[in-house]
Amino acid sequence: MRRETVCAYLLLLPALVLLAAFTHWPTAATLIDSLFATQHGSRPAPFVGLANYLDLIDDPVFWQALRNNVWYAIATIPTSIVLALLMALAVNEALPGRALLRMAYFLPTMLPMIAVANIWTFFYTPDYGLFDSIIALFGGGRHNWLGDASTALPAMVIVAVWKEAGFFMIFYLAALQTMPTDLREAAALEGSSRWNFLRRVTLPLLMPTTLFVLVNAVINAFRVIDHIIVMTRGGPDNATTLLLFYVYETGFRFWDTATAASATVVLLFIMALTAAFQFGVLGRRVHYR
Amino acid sequence: MLQRRSLLAATTAVLAAPAIARAQTVQKLTFYYPVAVGGPIAAIIDGYCKAFQQETGIVVEPVYAGDYSQTLIKALTAIKSGAGPQFSVLWASEIHSLVDQDILVALDDIGLDADAKRWLDGFYPAFMANSHAEGKTWSVPFQRSTAVFYYNRSAFADAGLDPDKFPTTWAGLATAAGKLTKRDPSGRVTRWGVKMAGDLGNAQWTFGAFANQAEQILMNQAGTEVYFNQPKTIEAMAFWRSLSADHHVTPEGVSNWPQLSPDFLEGNTAIIQFTTGGLSNFLDKAKFPFGMAGLAGKNSPHTVVGGANMYFFRSASPAERIASLRFARWVSAPERAADWSAHTGYIATSPAAYETQIMKDHIAKVPAAGVGRTFLPVATGELSVHENQRVYKILTDNIQACLNGSKTPAQAMGDAQSESDRILKPYKRT
Repeated sequence: MRRETVCAYLLLLPALVLLAAFTHWPTAATLIDSLFATQHGSRPAPFVGLANYLDLIDDPVFWQALRNNVWYAIATIPTSIVLALLMALAVNEALPGRALLRMAYFLPTMLPMIAVANIWTFFYTPDYGLFDSIIALFGGGRHNWLGDASTALPAMVIVAVWKEAGFFMIFYLAALQTMPTDLREAAALEGSSRWNFLRRVTLPLLMPTTLFVLVNAVINAFRVIDHIIVMTRGGPDNATTLLLFYVYETGFRFWDTATAASATVVLLFIMALTAAFQFGVLGRRVHYR
Repeated sequence: MLQRRSLLAATTAVLAAPAIARAQTVQKLTFYYPVAVGGPIAAIIDGYCKAFQQETGIVVEPVYAGDYSQTLIKALTAIKSGAGPQFSVLWASEIHSLVDQDILVALDDIGLDADAKRWLDGFYPAFMANSHAEGKTWSVPFQRSTAVFYYNRSAFADAGLDPDKFPTTWAGLATAAGKLTKRDPSGRVTRWGVKMAGDLGNAQWTFGAFANQAEQILMNQAGTEVYFNQPKTIEAMAFWRSLSADHHVTPEGVSNWPQLSPDFLEGNTAIIQFTTGGLSNFLDKAKFPFGMAGLAGKNSPHTVVGGANMYFFRSASPAERIASLRFARWVSAPERAADWSAHTGYIATSPAAYETQIMKDHIAKVPAAGVGRTFLPVATGELSVHENQRVYKILTDNIQACLNGSKTPAQAMGDAQSESDRILKPYKRT
């Protein structure tokens, strides 16, 4: 028994070491750093308590980043999940060229975000970019998609949805494939409509997948900023500054590591809160047996 | 007495011996270098490093660390973790922030003899404008440029303008750009008159030129004060805004730097404000005759310098510092500076380089290569203060707010001033 415990811990050790070194220790260190001032030169940084957080509250750019990020999350998460589900349902049917269609839906996921951002920069190019060229065919004018404060954030949302929906589709597709076919046959015998079957059988059976996808979508909404860095660098006038981009800029452009640490703690706090909600509240409801 | 002196001499000799041994053992230097354009530039630098090794036996290894801001981030991170390069090519305008980080060693502290001082005096003064702080010299000009206009000569002819007479004043520029802006019958613009970059990292550079054109410098030499809310600065902002709002010769909102060269090459834009460093690329790719001209000013042409200098890090050993400085001197010698300029389009850093045969031949072949340096006498240093990137960001946010029409020029510049004052307060010593 004791021997087994030791053995179990030894087997867990590699994963534990990695987790501790790259997740738990950095989290603790960030928390500690957020209570100290930024170090300048060789002088040690003084303890300042919550002063960094008060500075954060005073910074209008931080609030705008938070606001932007909330809107960004609200816009990207449901859209990409619904789109993923629709695409999965579509390519789950027997139709000609199905493999090709699946491939096409999945393609954006295989591209690195940096490449995606560069492609979309061209799509959004004013005057002769893809969108403006199409709009011009219908007599429309010019749009400075990325340079206009009112369209820049929606433009970022579209890129994120385009990139992510295909990834989530794979999970839905896998879940649909494992769904027993006799359920459908039974429903057909009962004379249930397709919509009814979808609503009463398919969707509830997909709930665990939806929870998993939702968790990923939330994380991505706060984690992926590559396209922001490539396409707008948070501009114009902070219209596309997301929380993580704010952290990156404060930490690595301004070298104000203390403020960056406290903003990171806020970000971690938000993530922890949503994770607790997802697993605690939603998680209990999804297990359909 | 005599004995004591010889003892002292002997001691000194013994103490100095390890230093000499160390100096002889510098075999390898590493420096970080930003590749903004890629490919050919890396090959040129590699060539210089090989040639330097053949002459001196010192291996110099360039590390291509991405674009300017990535290089800055990587160099600082590496040095803070104790494993940095010995020197690096970084933004000239970062000087105050880098000095504040306490990681640089001044050229004066590495050791400058009379010969070395003459060498430093040989650079264009405009390029040394961002090299001094706290009474010392901290960097050596290397990859330098100024902002210039590139213009499409065919478009000029097409609009009934004389391609040989580029406007020199704001009024003249607005009029010419108006003629160059072409609309189809539905009112859609098919060619813009002029474009300049307003995205983060570039807006402050564009604006530095505008302010200089109104004859306003944006900061003091010590980098502790900015002059954003001065009437002339506001006038400069108002002119930039008027190009879209009143003259309709440039698009509403912000134009991004990476988009400028494709816009110009596609014929979408007749005039762009760009760096002299872009010349080789345009020579390569433009399918129409183009010209290069000084930036028009309120009354006469004025511009701003840009680019990167070589900085030396304190973390290097004394011998490594000396060897790094030696490389800097070697690579900025007139012949090499001329060769560098001819291959890249950057402006050679010293007048002496323009006296070399290489440069004379090159300018005879590509007349545009001689244009940039003629505007150095009317060029100002780049905006350079403490907390530089933070002030850049504040200024850029407000410029963008103004270009998007959500703030008036006076509001935008007033906000930029008060926010920057708050950031710079700790650096003001009275």
